[in-house]
Amino acid sequence: MIEVKNLSKRFGNIEAVSKVSFEVQSGEVLGFLGPNGAGKTTTMRILTCFLPATEGSATVAGYDVFSEPLEVRRRIGYLPEGVPLYSELRVSEYLNFVAEVKGVPRRQRQGSVAKVLEECGLAHMTQRTVGKLSKGYRQRVGIAQALVNDPEVLILDEPTIGLDPQQIVEIRELIKNMAGRRTVILSSHILPEVNQICQRVTIINRGKIVAVDTPENLHARLQKGRALYLQVDGPLPQVQQALRGVPGVLDVAPQEMPRGDGAQPTVHAFQVTSSREVDVRRELARTVHDRQWGLLEMRPLSMSLEEIFIQLVTEEQGVA
Amino acid sequence: MQAFWAIYKKELRTYFGSPIAYVVIAFYLLITGYFFYSNLAFFSLISFQAVQQPQLLNQLNVNEGVLRPLFENASIIALLIVPMLTMRLFAEEKRQGTFELLLSYPVRDIEVGLAKFASCLTVYALALAISAAHPLIVGAVSSPEISPILSGYLGMLLMGGAFIALGIFISSLTENQIVAVVSTFGTLLLIWAIGFADTFTGPTIGRILRHISIIEHFTMFAQGVIDTQHIVFYLNFVVFCLFLTMRSLESKRWRS
Repeated sequence: MIEVKNLSKRFGNIEAVSKVSFEVQSGEVLGFLGPNGAGKTTTMRILTCFLPATEGSATVAGYDVFSEPLEVRRRIGYLPEGVPLYSELRVSEYLNFVAEVKGVPRRQRQGSVAKVLEECGLAHMTQRTVGKLSKGYRQRVGIAQALVNDPEVLILDEPTIGLDPQQIVEIRELIKNMAGRRTVILSSHILPEVNQICQRVTIINRGKIVAVDTPENLHARLQKGRALYLQVDGPLPQVQQALRGVPGVLDVAPQEMPRGDGAQPTVHAFQVTSSREVDVRRELARTVHDRQWGLLEMRPLSMSLEEIFIQLVTEEQGVA
Repeated sequence: MQAFWAIYKKELRTYFGSPIAYVVIAFYLLITGYFFYSNLAFFSLISFQAVQQPQLLNQLNVNEGVLRPLFENASIIALLIVPMLTMRLFAEEKRQGTFELLLSYPVRDIEVGLAKFASCLTVYALALAISAAHPLIVGAVSSPEISPILSGYLGMLLMGGAFIALGIFISSLTENQIVAVVSTFGTLLLIWAIGFADTFTGPTIGRILRHISIIEHFTMFAQGVIDTQHIVFYLNFVVFCLFLTMRSLESKRWRS
Protein backbone atom coordinates (compact mmCIF):
# COMPACT_ATOMS: atom_id res chain seq x y z
CA MET A 1 0.00 0.00 0.00
CA ILE A 2 2.84 2.35 0.84
CA GLU A 3 6.26 1.98 -0.70
CA VAL A 4 9.18 4.20 0.20
CA LYS A 5 12.47 3.83 -1.61
CA ASN A 6 15.75 5.52 -0.73
CA LEU A 7 13.98 8.60 0.46
CA SER A 8 16.18 11.52 1.49
CA LYS A 9 15.33 15.04 2.57
CA ARG A 10 17.88 17.74 3.17
CA PHE A 11 17.22 21.13 4.72
CA GLY A 12 20.30 23.10 3.76
CA ASN A 13 23.16 21.08 5.17
CA ILE A 14 21.05 19.10 7.58
CA GLU A 15 19.96 15.71 6.37
CA ALA A 16 16.65 15.15 8.12
CA VAL A 17 15.88 11.86 6.40
CA SER A 18 18.57 9.82 4.75
CA LYS A 19 17.99 6.93 2.35
CA VAL A 20 14.94 5.58 4.13
CA SER A 21 13.17 2.58 2.58
CA PHE A 22 10.21 0.66 3.90
CA GLU A 23 6.95 -0.90 2.82
CA VAL A 24 3.58 -1.09 4.46
CA GLN A 25 1.11 -3.79 3.46
CA SER A 26 -2.57 -3.11 3.06
CA GLY A 27 -4.39 -3.26 6.38
CA GLU A 28 -1.23 -3.14 8.43
CA VAL A 29 -0.50 -0.83 11.36
CA LEU A 30 3.10 0.36 11.22
CA GLY A 31 4.68 2.15 14.14
CA PHE A 32 7.25 4.82 13.50
CA LEU A 33 9.44 5.05 16.50
CA GLY A 34 12.24 7.41 17.25
CA PRO A 35 13.48 10.16 19.52
CA ASN A 36 12.47 13.75 18.86
CA GLY A 37 14.04 15.10 15.69
CA ALA A 38 14.68 11.64 14.22
CA GLY A 39 12.87 12.43 10.97
CA LYS A 40 9.45 10.93 11.66
CA THR A 41 7.47 14.06 10.90
CA THR A 42 9.53 14.85 7.81
CA THR A 43 8.88 11.39 6.39
CA MET A 44 5.17 11.77 7.05
CA ARG A 45 5.10 15.19 5.45
CA ILE A 46 6.67 13.73 2.33
CA LEU A 47 4.06 10.97 2.29
CA THR A 48 1.25 13.53 2.54
CA CYS A 49 2.80 15.50 -0.38
CA PHE A 50 3.42 18.54 1.82
CA LEU A 51 7.18 18.44 1.31
CA PRO A 52 8.97 17.21 -1.79
CA ALA A 53 11.76 14.72 -1.18
CA THR A 54 15.31 15.65 -2.12
CA GLU A 55 15.97 12.15 -3.44
CA GLY A 56 14.21 8.84 -3.73
CA SER A 57 10.59 8.01 -4.33
CA ALA A 58 7.45 7.22 -2.39
CA THR A 59 4.17 5.79 -3.61
CA VAL A 60 0.89 5.62 -1.74
CA ALA A 61 -1.79 3.27 -3.08
CA GLY A 62 0.15 3.05 -6.31
CA TYR A 63 0.39 6.81 -6.90
CA ASP A 64 3.64 8.72 -6.73
CA VAL A 65 3.59 11.46 -4.09
CA PHE A 66 5.52 13.82 -6.31
CA SER A 67 3.87 13.44 -9.70
CA GLU A 68 0.28 12.64 -8.63
CA PRO A 69 -0.23 14.44 -5.32
CA LEU A 70 -3.96 14.97 -5.76
CA GLU A 71 -4.59 11.24 -6.25
CA VAL A 72 -2.50 10.47 -3.17
CA ARG A 73 -4.24 13.10 -1.06
CA ARG A 74 -7.62 11.73 -2.07
CA ARG A 75 -6.68 8.43 -0.45
CA ILE A 76 -5.11 9.52 2.80
CA GLY A 77 -6.25 10.85 6.11
CA TYR A 78 -3.62 12.82 7.99
CA LEU A 79 -3.37 14.03 11.55
CA PRO A 80 -0.39 16.36 11.94
CA GLU A 81 1.42 16.75 15.23
CA GLY A 82 -0.21 19.23 17.57
CA VAL A 83 -3.63 18.76 15.92
CA PRO A 84 -4.01 22.07 14.07
CA LEU A 85 -7.74 22.74 13.67
CA TYR A 86 -9.80 25.81 12.83
CA SER A 87 -10.78 26.87 16.30
CA GLU A 88 -13.56 29.30 15.27
CA LEU A 89 -15.81 26.59 13.83
CA ARG A 90 -18.19 24.25 15.60
CA VAL A 91 -17.36 20.54 15.51
CA SER A 92 -20.10 19.69 13.01
CA GLU A 93 -19.29 22.71 10.82
CA TYR A 94 -15.65 21.75 10.83
CA LEU A 95 -16.23 18.13 9.87
CA ASN A 96 -18.69 19.14 7.17
CA PHE A 97 -16.10 21.50 5.79
CA VAL A 98 -13.44 18.79 5.74
CA ALA A 99 -15.83 16.31 4.10
CA GLU A 100 -16.62 18.85 1.41
CA VAL A 101 -12.99 19.79 0.77
CA LYS A 102 -12.04 16.15 0.60
CA GLY A 103 -14.62 15.67 -2.12
CA VAL A 104 -17.19 13.54 -0.32
CA PRO A 105 -20.29 13.78 -2.55
CA ARG A 106 -23.06 15.98 -1.18
CA ARG A 107 -25.51 13.10 -0.65
CA GLN A 108 -23.08 11.06 1.41
CA ARG A 109 -21.69 13.99 3.37
CA GLN A 110 -24.14 13.98 6.23
CA GLY A 111 -23.86 10.23 6.58
CA SER A 112 -20.07 10.17 6.66
CA VAL A 113 -19.88 13.03 9.16
CA ALA A 114 -22.40 11.27 11.42
CA LYS A 115 -20.40 8.06 11.11
CA VAL A 116 -17.07 9.57 12.20
CA LEU A 117 -18.78 11.53 14.98
CA GLU A 118 -20.09 8.20 16.29
CA GLU A 119 -16.80 6.37 15.76
CA CYS A 120 -14.77 8.99 17.59
CA GLY A 121 -17.24 9.48 20.43
CA LEU A 122 -18.11 13.04 19.46
CA ALA A 123 -21.82 12.64 18.87
CA HIS A 124 -22.74 14.79 21.90
CA MET A 125 -20.19 17.50 21.07
CA THR A 126 -21.35 18.59 17.61
CA GLN A 127 -22.39 22.11 18.63
CA ARG A 128 -19.25 22.90 20.61
CA THR A 129 -16.69 25.31 19.19
CA VAL A 130 -13.49 23.49 18.29
CA GLY A 131 -11.30 26.06 20.08
CA LYS A 132 -13.11 25.46 23.38
CA LEU A 133 -12.76 21.67 23.43
CA SER A 134 -10.50 19.86 25.88
CA LYS A 135 -7.33 18.35 24.52
CA GLY A 136 -8.73 14.83 24.35
CA TYR A 137 -11.75 15.94 22.36
CA ARG A 138 -9.61 18.07 20.05
CA GLN A 139 -7.58 14.96 19.33
CA ARG A 140 -10.75 13.06 18.52
CA VAL A 141 -11.87 15.79 16.16
CA GLY A 142 -8.42 15.52 14.58
CA ILE A 143 -8.85 11.80 14.05
CA ALA A 144 -12.42 12.31 12.88
CA GLN A 145 -11.31 14.78 10.18
CA ALA A 146 -8.69 12.27 9.01
CA LEU A 147 -11.34 9.54 8.74
CA VAL A 148 -14.19 11.50 7.22
CA ASN A 149 -13.44 10.61 3.59
CA ASP A 150 -13.06 6.95 4.51
CA PRO A 151 -9.37 6.89 3.46
CA GLU A 152 -7.42 3.76 2.66
CA VAL A 153 -4.34 5.12 4.37
CA LEU A 154 -4.18 6.88 7.68
CA ILE A 155 -1.09 8.82 8.74
CA LEU A 156 -1.05 9.88 12.38
CA ASP A 157 1.75 11.97 13.82
CA GLU A 158 1.98 11.51 17.60
CA PRO A 159 -1.74 10.83 18.03
CA THR A 160 -1.71 10.39 21.80
CA ILE A 161 0.73 13.07 22.89
CA GLY A 162 -0.49 15.25 25.73
CA LEU A 163 -3.54 13.19 26.60
CA ASP A 164 -4.44 11.82 30.01
CA PRO A 165 -4.15 8.04 30.51
CA GLN A 166 -7.86 7.38 30.06
CA GLN A 167 -7.93 9.30 26.78
CA ILE A 168 -4.77 7.55 25.60
CA VAL A 169 -6.43 4.17 26.13
CA GLU A 170 -9.49 5.29 24.19
CA ILE A 171 -7.54 6.69 21.24
CA ARG A 172 -5.44 3.52 21.12
CA GLU A 173 -8.57 1.39 21.03
CA LEU A 174 -9.86 3.53 18.20
CA ILE A 175 -6.69 2.99 16.19
CA LYS A 176 -6.49 -0.71 17.00
CA ASN A 177 -10.02 -1.22 15.72
CA MET A 178 -8.98 0.13 12.34
CA ALA A 179 -6.35 -2.55 11.76
CA GLY A 180 -7.28 -4.73 8.80
CA ARG A 181 -9.62 -2.15 7.31
CA ARG A 182 -7.12 0.64 6.83
CA THR A 183 -3.40 0.96 6.45
CA VAL A 184 -2.08 3.02 9.31
CA ILE A 185 1.28 4.69 9.87
CA LEU A 186 1.64 6.08 13.32
CA SER A 187 4.57 7.87 14.84
CA SER A 188 5.35 7.94 18.48
CA HIS A 189 8.16 8.27 20.90
CA ILE A 190 6.23 6.32 23.50
CA LEU A 191 7.40 2.75 23.19
CA PRO A 192 4.73 0.73 24.99
CA GLU A 193 2.16 2.43 22.81
CA VAL A 194 3.77 1.22 19.62
CA ASN A 195 4.18 -2.18 21.22
CA GLN A 196 0.44 -2.36 21.88
CA ILE A 197 -1.03 -1.00 18.68
CA CYS A 198 1.36 -1.85 15.89
CA GLN A 199 1.96 -5.04 14.01
CA ARG A 200 5.32 -3.81 12.83
CA VAL A 201 7.75 -1.26 14.17
CA THR A 202 10.19 0.88 12.26
CA ILE A 203 12.83 2.38 14.49
CA ILE A 204 14.32 5.53 13.11
CA ASN A 205 17.17 7.57 14.51
CA ARG A 206 18.91 10.59 13.04
CA GLY A 207 17.08 10.17 9.76
CA LYS A 208 18.08 6.54 9.30
CA ILE A 209 16.12 3.35 9.79
CA VAL A 210 17.73 1.28 12.51
CA ALA A 211 15.36 -1.68 12.52
CA VAL A 212 12.10 -2.87 11.01
CA ASP A 213 10.36 -5.83 12.60
CA THR A 214 7.43 -7.00 14.65
CA PRO A 215 7.64 -6.04 18.33
CA GLU A 216 7.93 -9.77 19.24
CA ASN A 217 10.80 -10.38 16.85
CA LEU A 218 12.62 -7.34 18.12
CA HIS A 219 12.31 -8.72 21.62
CA ALA A 220 13.53 -12.13 20.58
CA ARG A 221 16.36 -10.79 18.47
CA LEU A 222 17.88 -8.66 21.14
CA GLN A 223 17.23 -10.62 24.25
CA LYS A 224 20.21 -12.83 24.78
CA GLY A 225 18.85 -14.95 27.62
CA ARG A 226 15.86 -15.28 29.86
CA ALA A 227 15.66 -13.04 32.86
CA LEU A 228 13.77 -13.65 36.11
CA TYR A 229 13.09 -11.42 39.05
CA LEU A 230 13.14 -13.00 42.50
CA GLN A 231 12.54 -11.85 46.05
CA VAL A 232 13.94 -14.18 48.65
CA ASP A 233 13.82 -13.97 52.45
CA GLY A 234 17.30 -15.11 53.50
CA PRO A 235 20.92 -14.06 54.01
CA LEU A 236 22.18 -12.23 50.91
CA PRO A 237 25.59 -13.87 50.17
CA GLN A 238 24.37 -17.42 50.78
CA VAL A 239 21.25 -16.97 48.67
CA GLN A 240 23.27 -15.54 45.84
CA GLN A 241 25.75 -18.39 46.12
CA ALA A 242 23.04 -21.02 46.12
CA LEU A 243 21.16 -19.54 43.17
CA ARG A 244 24.35 -19.40 41.15
CA GLY A 245 24.76 -23.10 41.73
CA VAL A 246 21.52 -23.96 39.91
CA PRO A 247 22.36 -25.52 36.52
CA GLY A 248 21.58 -23.22 33.62
CA VAL A 249 21.90 -20.02 35.62
CA LEU A 250 24.35 -17.60 34.05
CA ASP A 251 24.26 -14.74 36.48
CA VAL A 252 22.64 -13.63 39.71
CA ALA A 253 22.64 -9.90 40.32
CA PRO A 254 21.33 -8.42 43.57
CA GLN A 255 18.74 -5.74 42.96
CA GLU A 256 17.58 -2.89 45.05
CA MET A 257 14.47 -3.76 47.03
CA PRO A 258 11.43 -1.70 46.20
CA ARG A 259 10.67 0.55 49.15
CA GLY A 260 7.23 0.29 50.63
CA ASP A 261 5.22 -0.66 53.67
CA GLY A 262 6.18 -4.31 53.72
CA ALA A 263 9.95 -3.80 53.46
CA GLN A 264 11.75 -6.32 55.62
CA PRO A 265 15.50 -6.19 56.22
CA THR A 266 16.01 -9.89 55.54
CA VAL A 267 14.33 -9.89 52.14
CA HIS A 268 16.54 -9.39 49.09
CA ALA A 269 15.80 -9.04 45.42
CA PHE A 270 17.75 -10.64 42.56
CA GLN A 271 17.78 -10.67 38.83
CA VAL A 272 18.61 -14.14 37.57
CA THR A 273 19.74 -14.60 33.99
CA SER A 274 19.66 -18.04 32.46
CA SER A 275 20.41 -19.44 29.06
CA ARG A 276 17.55 -19.43 26.62
CA GLU A 277 17.20 -23.19 26.34
CA VAL A 278 16.57 -24.09 29.98
CA ASP A 279 13.66 -23.19 32.19
CA VAL A 280 15.28 -22.83 35.61
CA ARG A 281 12.22 -21.75 37.56
CA ARG A 282 11.39 -25.11 39.17
CA GLU A 283 14.97 -25.69 40.17
CA LEU A 284 15.30 -22.19 41.67
CA ALA A 285 12.14 -22.62 43.74
CA ARG A 286 13.33 -26.03 44.98
CA THR A 287 16.73 -24.61 45.98
CA VAL A 288 15.19 -21.81 48.01
CA HIS A 289 12.64 -24.12 49.59
CA ASP A 290 15.21 -26.77 50.53
CA ARG A 291 17.24 -24.25 52.53
CA GLN A 292 14.22 -23.03 54.47
CA TRP A 293 14.35 -19.56 52.96
CA GLY A 294 11.20 -17.88 51.83
CA LEU A 295 10.46 -17.38 48.14
CA LEU A 296 8.32 -14.26 48.11
CA GLU A 297 8.22 -13.43 44.44
CA MET A 298 9.37 -14.86 41.13
CA ARG A 299 8.40 -13.46 37.74
CA PRO A 300 9.87 -13.41 34.26
CA LEU A 301 11.41 -10.14 33.13
CA SER A 302 11.12 -9.26 29.48
CA MET A 303 13.21 -6.67 27.83
CA SER A 304 11.06 -3.62 27.24
CA LEU A 305 11.01 -1.83 23.92
CA GLU A 306 12.75 1.00 25.75
CA GLU A 307 15.76 -1.18 26.35
CA ILE A 308 15.65 -2.54 22.82
CA PHE A 309 15.45 0.96 21.52
CA ILE A 310 18.34 2.24 23.56
CA GLN A 311 20.38 -0.80 22.62
CA LEU A 312 19.70 -0.33 18.91
CA VAL A 313 20.40 3.34 18.97
CA THR A 314 23.61 2.98 20.93
CA GLU A 315 24.74 0.02 18.81
CA GLU A 316 24.30 2.15 15.75
CA GLN A 317 26.25 5.00 17.25
CA GLY A 318 29.01 2.56 18.21
CA VAL A 319 29.33 1.49 14.57
CA ALA A 320 29.34 5.07 13.37
CA MET B 1 -14.82 23.37 -7.64
CA GLN B 2 -16.29 21.64 -4.61
CA ALA B 3 -13.12 22.41 -2.65
CA PHE B 4 -13.30 26.06 -3.71
CA TRP B 5 -16.82 26.40 -2.32
CA ALA B 6 -15.95 24.53 0.84
CA ILE B 7 -13.02 26.81 1.60
CA TYR B 8 -14.99 29.89 0.56
CA LYS B 9 -17.80 29.04 2.96
CA LYS B 10 -15.37 28.16 5.72
CA GLU B 11 -13.55 31.48 5.36
CA LEU B 12 -16.83 33.37 5.54
CA ARG B 13 -17.78 31.38 8.64
CA THR B 14 -14.45 32.33 10.18
CA TYR B 15 -14.96 36.01 9.36
CA PHE B 16 -18.45 36.06 10.82
CA GLY B 17 -17.82 33.52 13.58
CA SER B 18 -15.24 35.88 15.06
CA PRO B 19 -15.54 39.62 15.64
CA ILE B 20 -13.23 40.48 12.69
CA ALA B 21 -15.85 41.06 10.01
CA TYR B 22 -18.21 42.94 12.32
CA VAL B 23 -15.52 45.25 13.69
CA VAL B 24 -14.06 46.03 10.27
CA ILE B 25 -17.44 46.63 8.64
CA ALA B 26 -18.65 48.69 11.61
CA PHE B 27 -15.62 50.99 11.50
CA TYR B 28 -15.83 51.32 7.74
CA LEU B 29 -19.45 52.42 8.08
CA LEU B 30 -18.71 54.68 11.03
CA ILE B 31 -15.96 56.58 9.23
CA THR B 32 -17.70 56.77 5.84
CA GLY B 33 -20.87 57.79 7.72
CA TYR B 34 -19.01 60.61 9.38
CA PHE B 35 -17.64 61.83 6.04
CA PHE B 36 -21.07 61.51 4.48
CA TYR B 37 -22.59 63.61 7.23
CA SER B 38 -19.96 66.33 7.04
CA ASN B 39 -20.12 66.45 3.22
CA LEU B 40 -23.91 66.66 3.36
CA ALA B 41 -23.92 69.31 6.10
CA PHE B 42 -21.40 71.40 4.20
CA PHE B 43 -23.39 71.03 0.99
CA SER B 44 -26.63 72.13 2.64
CA LEU B 45 -24.85 75.15 4.17
CA ILE B 46 -23.63 76.19 0.71
CA SER B 47 -27.11 75.59 -0.67
CA PHE B 48 -28.61 78.01 1.85
CA GLN B 49 -26.03 80.64 0.94
CA ALA B 50 -26.70 80.02 -2.75
CA VAL B 51 -30.28 81.15 -2.30
CA GLN B 52 -28.93 84.74 -2.17
CA GLN B 53 -26.56 84.19 -5.15
CA PRO B 54 -28.46 82.68 -8.08
CA GLN B 55 -25.31 82.27 -10.26
CA LEU B 56 -23.88 79.86 -7.67
CA LEU B 57 -27.06 77.85 -7.65
CA ASN B 58 -26.45 76.59 -11.16
CA GLN B 59 -23.13 75.11 -10.17
CA LEU B 60 -24.53 73.16 -7.26
CA ASN B 61 -24.86 69.47 -7.98
CA VAL B 62 -25.47 66.84 -5.31
CA ASN B 63 -23.39 64.22 -7.17
CA GLU B 64 -20.40 66.51 -7.39
CA GLY B 65 -20.91 68.10 -3.99
CA VAL B 66 -21.63 65.10 -1.78
CA LEU B 67 -21.17 61.75 -3.45
CA ARG B 68 -17.97 62.20 -5.44
CA PRO B 69 -15.97 63.48 -2.43
CA LEU B 70 -17.53 60.65 -0.41
CA PHE B 71 -16.22 58.06 -2.89
CA GLU B 72 -12.77 59.59 -2.68
CA ASN B 73 -12.86 59.50 1.12
CA ALA B 74 -14.14 55.94 1.03
CA SER B 75 -11.27 54.81 -1.21
CA ILE B 76 -8.77 55.93 1.46
CA ILE B 77 -10.78 54.25 4.22
CA ALA B 78 -10.82 51.05 2.17
CA LEU B 79 -7.04 51.28 1.94
CA LEU B 80 -6.98 51.38 5.75
CA ILE B 81 -9.37 48.54 6.46
CA VAL B 82 -8.61 45.98 3.75
CA PRO B 83 -5.25 44.96 5.31
CA MET B 84 -7.17 44.04 8.49
CA LEU B 85 -9.29 41.65 6.48
CA THR B 86 -6.46 40.03 4.54
CA MET B 87 -3.79 39.75 7.22
CA ARG B 88 -4.89 36.45 8.70
CA LEU B 89 -5.79 34.64 5.48
CA PHE B 90 -2.49 32.78 5.07
CA ALA B 91 -0.38 34.02 7.99
CA GLU B 92 -2.73 32.58 10.59
CA GLU B 93 -3.03 29.23 8.81
CA LYS B 94 0.71 28.90 8.67
CA ARG B 95 1.24 29.88 12.28
CA GLN B 96 -1.45 27.49 13.54
CA GLY B 97 -0.22 24.66 11.32
CA THR B 98 -3.66 24.28 9.75
CA PHE B 99 -2.08 25.02 6.40
CA GLU B 100 -0.23 21.72 6.44
CA LEU B 101 -3.48 19.91 7.12
CA LEU B 102 -5.33 21.87 4.43
CA LEU B 103 -2.70 20.90 1.89
CA SER B 104 -3.04 17.23 2.79
CA TYR B 105 -6.57 17.45 1.38
CA PRO B 106 -7.09 16.99 -2.36
CA VAL B 107 -7.05 20.71 -3.19
CA ARG B 108 -5.00 22.76 -5.62
CA ASP B 109 -3.16 25.83 -4.36
CA ILE B 110 -5.08 27.97 -6.83
CA GLU B 111 -8.41 26.83 -5.37
CA VAL B 112 -7.21 27.81 -1.90
CA GLY B 113 -5.99 31.21 -3.12
CA LEU B 114 -9.12 32.01 -5.11
CA ALA B 115 -11.45 30.89 -2.33
CA LYS B 116 -9.69 33.13 0.16
CA PHE B 117 -9.74 36.03 -2.29
CA ALA B 118 -13.44 35.55 -3.01
CA SER B 119 -14.41 35.30 0.65
CA CYS B 120 -12.53 38.46 1.55
CA LEU B 121 -14.05 40.28 -1.42
CA THR B 122 -17.48 39.16 -0.20
CA VAL B 123 -16.96 40.73 3.22
CA TYR B 124 -15.71 43.93 1.58
CA ALA B 125 -18.66 43.95 -0.85
CA LEU B 126 -21.01 43.58 2.10
CA ALA B 127 -19.53 46.70 3.68
CA LEU B 128 -20.00 48.52 0.35
CA ALA B 129 -23.57 47.29 0.07
CA ILE B 130 -24.48 48.60 3.51
CA SER B 131 -22.85 51.93 2.69
CA ALA B 132 -25.32 52.21 -0.22
CA ALA B 133 -27.53 53.78 2.47
CA HIS B 134 -25.71 57.07 1.81
CA PRO B 135 -26.79 57.53 -1.83
CA LEU B 136 -30.23 56.26 -0.83
CA ILE B 137 -30.52 59.01 1.77
CA VAL B 138 -29.40 61.56 -0.80
CA GLY B 139 -31.95 60.11 -3.19
CA ALA B 140 -34.69 60.58 -0.61
CA VAL B 141 -34.08 64.31 -0.21
CA SER B 142 -32.74 65.19 -3.66
CA SER B 143 -32.45 63.69 -7.11
CA PRO B 144 -28.87 62.60 -7.82
CA GLU B 145 -27.82 60.97 -11.08
CA ILE B 146 -27.78 57.19 -10.77
CA SER B 147 -25.03 56.25 -13.21
CA PRO B 148 -22.08 58.00 -11.45
CA ILE B 149 -23.14 56.24 -8.26
CA LEU B 150 -23.13 52.85 -9.95
CA SER B 151 -19.78 53.48 -11.63
CA GLY B 152 -18.40 54.67 -8.28
CA TYR B 153 -19.41 51.42 -6.62
CA LEU B 154 -17.99 49.38 -9.51
CA GLY B 155 -14.72 51.28 -9.05
CA MET B 156 -14.76 50.67 -5.28
CA LEU B 157 -15.24 46.95 -5.89
CA LEU B 158 -12.43 46.70 -8.45
CA MET B 159 -10.06 48.78 -6.37
CA GLY B 160 -10.92 46.78 -3.25
CA GLY B 161 -10.22 43.59 -5.18
CA ALA B 162 -6.76 44.92 -6.02
CA PHE B 163 -6.12 45.82 -2.36
CA ILE B 164 -7.27 42.36 -1.26
CA ALA B 165 -5.10 40.55 -3.81
CA LEU B 166 -2.03 42.44 -2.62
CA GLY B 167 -2.97 41.75 1.01
CA ILE B 168 -3.31 38.03 0.29
CA PHE B 169 0.08 37.93 -1.39
CA ILE B 170 1.75 39.64 1.57
CA SER B 171 -0.09 37.38 4.03
CA SER B 172 1.33 34.37 2.18
CA LEU B 173 4.86 35.64 2.79
CA THR B 174 4.77 35.64 6.57
CA GLU B 175 3.53 33.73 9.57
CA ASN B 176 2.99 36.88 11.56
CA GLN B 177 -0.28 38.77 11.21
CA ILE B 178 1.17 42.06 12.47
CA VAL B 179 3.92 41.89 9.87
CA ALA B 180 1.27 41.13 7.23
CA VAL B 181 -1.01 44.02 8.17
CA VAL B 182 1.76 46.60 8.47
CA SER B 183 3.45 45.58 5.21
CA THR B 184 0.16 45.50 3.32
CA PHE B 185 -0.87 48.89 4.62
CA GLY B 186 2.58 50.36 3.96
CA THR B 187 2.74 48.98 0.42
CA LEU B 188 -0.76 50.21 -0.43
CA LEU B 189 0.00 53.64 0.97
CA LEU B 190 3.20 53.80 -1.03
CA ILE B 191 1.66 52.78 -4.35
CA TRP B 192 -1.09 55.31 -3.74
CA ALA B 193 1.24 58.17 -2.78
CA ILE B 194 3.71 57.43 -5.58
CA GLY B 195 1.33 59.23 -7.94
CA PHE B 196 1.91 62.51 -6.06
CA ALA B 197 5.50 62.56 -7.31
CA ASP B 198 4.37 63.58 -10.80
CA THR B 199 4.54 67.24 -9.75
CA PHE B 200 8.35 67.21 -9.80
CA THR B 201 9.39 64.22 -11.91
CA GLY B 202 8.62 65.60 -15.33
CA PRO B 203 5.88 64.56 -17.74
CA THR B 204 7.07 61.09 -18.84
CA ILE B 205 7.97 59.56 -15.49
CA GLY B 206 5.07 61.42 -13.95
CA ARG B 207 2.64 59.65 -16.24
CA ILE B 208 4.14 56.27 -15.41
CA LEU B 209 3.98 56.95 -11.68
CA ARG B 210 0.41 58.17 -11.96
CA HIS B 211 -0.43 55.01 -13.83
CA ILE B 212 1.02 52.83 -11.08
CA SER B 213 -0.78 54.79 -8.37
CA ILE B 214 -3.53 52.46 -7.27
CA ILE B 215 -6.15 55.05 -6.32
CA GLU B 216 -5.49 57.30 -9.35
CA HIS B 217 -7.48 54.87 -11.50
CA PHE B 218 -10.41 55.13 -9.17
CA THR B 219 -10.98 58.88 -9.61
CA MET B 220 -12.47 58.35 -13.06
CA PHE B 221 -14.97 55.84 -11.68
CA ALA B 222 -15.94 58.33 -8.97
CA GLN B 223 -16.58 60.92 -11.68
CA GLY B 224 -18.90 58.53 -13.44
CA VAL B 225 -16.52 57.49 -16.23
CA ILE B 226 -16.13 53.77 -16.91
CA ASP B 227 -12.98 53.41 -18.95
CA THR B 228 -11.77 49.90 -19.84
CA GLN B 229 -8.12 50.83 -19.27
CA HIS B 230 -8.86 51.33 -15.56
CA ILE B 231 -10.85 48.12 -15.34
CA VAL B 232 -8.00 46.28 -17.02
CA PHE B 233 -5.49 47.87 -14.64
CA TYR B 234 -7.31 46.58 -11.57
CA LEU B 235 -7.95 43.13 -13.05
CA ASN B 236 -4.30 42.86 -14.06
CA PHE B 237 -3.25 43.88 -10.59
CA VAL B 238 -5.45 41.16 -9.05
CA VAL B 239 -4.20 38.44 -11.40
CA PHE B 240 -0.57 39.45 -10.90
CA CYS B 241 -0.85 39.41 -7.10
CA LEU B 242 -2.63 36.05 -7.08
CA PHE B 243 0.04 34.67 -9.40
CA LEU B 244 2.72 35.86 -6.96
CA THR B 245 0.77 34.24 -4.13
CA MET B 246 0.82 30.88 -5.92
CA ARG B 247 4.57 31.16 -6.48
CA SER B 248 5.10 32.10 -2.85
CA LEU B 249 3.13 29.09 -1.59
CA GLU B 250 5.03 26.82 -3.94
CA SER B 251 8.45 28.12 -2.94
CA LYS B 252 7.59 27.77 0.76
CA ARG B 253 7.20 24.07 0.21
CA TRP B 254 10.46 23.70 -1.62
CA ARG B 255 12.45 25.66 0.89
CA SER B 256 10.88 24.82 4.26
